[in-house]
Amino acid sequence: MTEFLELPEAVKKYVSPGCSVAAEGFTHLIPHAAGAEIIRQGIRHLTLIRMTPDIIFDQMIGMGCADKLVFSWGGNPGVGSLFRLRDAYEKGVPHEMEFEEHGHAAMANAFAAGAAGMPCAVFKGYRGTQYPEVNPKIKFIECPFTGEELTVIPAHRPDVAIIHAQRADRQGNIWMTGILGVQKEAVLAAAHSIVTVEEIVDSVDESSGGTVIPRWAVDVVCEARLGAFPSYTEGYYDRSNAFYQKWGEISKEYDRFVEWMENYVVASENFVHYLAKLKEDGYV
Amino acid sequence: MSERVQTAYDPEEMMVVAASRLLEPDDVVFIGIGLPSKAANLARRTHAPDLSMIYESGTLDTKPTVLPLSIGDPELSRTAKAVVSVPEMFSYWLQGGWIRTGFLGAAQIDRFANLNSTVIGDYRKPKVRLPGAGGAPEIAAFCHRTLVLLRQNPRTFVEELDFMTTVGMWRGEGSRRALNVPGLGPQAVITDLGILEPDTESGELVLTHLHPGVTAEAAIEATSWPLRVAETLARTEEPTKKELEILRALVPSEASNIADLIPAAGEAGR
Repeated sequence: MTEFLELPEAVKKYVSPGCSVAAEGFTHLIPHAAGAEIIRQGIRHLTLIRMTPDIIFDQMIGMGCADKLVFSWGGNPGVGSLFRLRDAYEKGVPHEMEFEEHGHAAMANAFAAGAAGMPCAVFKGYRGTQYPEVNPKIKFIECPFTGEELTVIPAHRPDVAIIHAQRADRQGNIWMTGILGVQKEAVLAAAHSIVTVEEIVDSVDESSGGTVIPRWAVDVVCEARLGAFPSYTEGYYDRSNAFYQKWGEISKEYDRFVEWMENYVVASENFVHYLAKLKEDGYV
Repeated sequence: MSERVQTAYDPEEMMVVAASRLLEPDDVVFIGIGLPSKAANLARRTHAPDLSMIYESGTLDTKPTVLPLSIGDPELSRTAKAVVSVPEMFSYWLQGGWIRTGFLGAAQIDRFANLNSTVIGDYRKPKVRLPGAGGAPEIAAFCHRTLVLLRQNPRTFVEELDFMTTVGMWRGEGSRRALNVPGLGPQAVITDLGILEPDTESGELVLTHLHPGVTAEAAIEATSWPLRVAETLARTEEPTKKELEILRALVPSEASNIADLIPAAGEAGR
């Protein structure tokens, strides 16, 4: 049975110190409200898994939530650097972390393999690159039928997947549309899943297109209005390109970043309250 | 292209214009964000209206009306013929061999057009941690051809990459083929100074075009390895007035309706 919980309860129940968390959403539908809640609860020693760490993981890394990051592109999309990720990697700030680095094709395949119950993903990738030298999980096997050399990496099997979607119905069926990234795969690959949604409605309308994740594949649904900001929710609100551009200044210096996070994220009662403060102070 | 330019233009504009002209009218192009996205959007508004633009977020046949800031802007999914999942994008469409041209940038390039977008310095203790691979290694492996767009100076055109993120002609002399990657590899490197193309035998980059006002000496000085120069150097045509007008109008939108949807602080408590 899908549970309907408030986001703080859902995070308390499924995100515990030491567990692995895949928070997916490829530029679209990034579950920022859930990320902020993990930071607010001060949960540490996490293994964070995301193709593009984006601001959601930059915040969590900077606030000391992560022991390890699994990723494939760690920039601020269209803007430049993620400074908290860079400081963690380059200088061990706020502490030393482990980094498991992939390319997008590998990450997508690892999620799909996890969803398919496979121990590993088989694809053609990394040929001639230096990634196999720095990531011992990249291995090569011979195809038993053709003899072709193929790339293998372990499947992603996170303890918990967190995604954001447009809507859920009152049974917990999830409806999403627009750019869908690897969210469905992440949910199916994970032991547990939390889905935050813009709104809970009487019924989701799959005939209007989009994707449905059935209720029996989801553990918890939480209403989190505007919960993807500063990314976006197709049909609800646009990406805040302006905030992505401002994030550089906010996050560049560690001390200023921590003060900002304490003021805005930690001290807020909930995500909408945080957004209201951002609006009041001219960040959106 | 007889219409001569009236206004001045900067080297980056020349680079983007030169790159856009290399896209075929009916090309199917996998686009990285930044300058490649600018060049492809320019091409679709000039000589290549049927260009099929593919962004790695899963949008096929994308026709953005404004320049996207990221590869997953709402403008992309709203203007795409189809939106597919990221695993489908990389497995079926890219690895399956359906995409003709890959369009990439990088932080460093070597004489065989191999690319680094991972680190400057040592991998474990780098001077600069760059964003990383993204889709680049497989874009360069599985697109039929690759175009590379980056500024030319001794820091970017290096003797040896700090990290091999993406294979171009690998070690030259046909070694790319031995890696069992199907695409032809980089067919042109477009810079702010000119255009380089790999020698068909050795795979080494050769300077084949100079942009207006640039000398071969300047390109040689901007390259950390002894740069080969073609016997007959072509001169890139200046950007036309139309190209510049369209290019300058291509700016990412900062408009978002999010502020209108956020309640005032007093009302947001519970």
